[in-house]
Amino acid sequence: MDFLLKPWPWYVSGPLITLVMVILVYFGKSFGMSSNLRTLCSIGGAGKYSDFFRYDWKAYRWNLIVVLGAIIGGFIAVTFLSDGSPIALNPKTVSDLQELGFQNAGASILPPEIYSWDAVFSLKGIAILVGAGFLVGFGTRYAGGCTSGHAISGLSNLQWPSLIAVIGFFIGGLIMTHFLLPLIFGT
Amino acid sequence: MKIVRYLLIGIFFGIVLVKSEAVSWYRIIEMFKFQSFHMYGIIGSAVTLGVIALWLMKKSGMRNTEGTPIHLIPKDKSFIKYLAGGSIFGFGWALGGACPGPMYILVGTGVFSMLIVIAAAVLGTFVYGILKDKLPH
Repeated sequence: MDFLLKPWPWYVSGPLITLVMVILVYFGKSFGMSSNLRTLCSIGGAGKYSDFFRYDWKAYRWNLIVVLGAIIGGFIAVTFLSDGSPIALNPKTVSDLQELGFQNAGASILPPEIYSWDAVFSLKGIAILVGAGFLVGFGTRYAGGCTSGHAISGLSNLQWPSLIAVIGFFIGGLIMTHFLLPLIFGT
Repeated sequence: MKIVRYLLIGIFFGIVLVKSEAVSWYRIIEMFKFQSFHMYGIIGSAVTLGVIALWLMKKSGMRNTEGTPIHLIPKDKSFIKYLAGGSIFGFGWALGGACPGPMYILVGTGVFSMLIVIAAAVLGTFVYGILKDKLPH
């Protein structure tokens, strides 16, 4: 059972993600996590402000249940299925990040420099989290999908729009990683 | 609605994404720096198998549990919204390391500051809904 506790290699994880998509398609649904953000807006009464949120969100409750499961899955994975191995990053990534002020890259899932409460309770820290979330929420709806809906599901269905969206994900991600992160975190 | 069914799918999805390390900001940055094959392997193998699986499901005339033939709703034909929206998404993805699946999963791993990211993402979606008709699509 040791292999379950270690990080799973890409050739195990990738096919298991396909399995999630296939099961959802088999149940007549689709694999798309970002729709939940729209559903949450509708539940919160956003239909008063835009037609975009006026639809039968109850038909999408199943996806919120998937979200609930995903939260539980995250808990199970770190609590019962982890031996605490660090993430085996490329040493170059670790040293690049160190130059930007990130210590011990890979020791945890997320950098405490961004996600610890100490970091969050500063003007810069909260701006980073709010900015990142806002861009993801705005961009994903504008593009009509996220990593699950476009990169996995859409590409698997050989949809051109999804390829364009994934190219977009990379344009934004590359600019952020190579030009903006050094400005935001560099000293 | 079959609650248990979707709950189990979600639990499985959450476990896979944590164990694959795809929920890690570090892995995302490593990917955008082209310093590891890991994320490309995950996405590449998922998509390759996905293409084959969906093709087989359609080809074999399989029906879903609702009794209708396997069919994924095609996305609207457009260019600018996918490129612009996708790029905006990419900025946020690399900055916070969380896309709309992992942001929930990470709350489960005990990173409660992620709730701020989720709230901001809901706000971002809301603002898109308000500005929708003014944006190029």
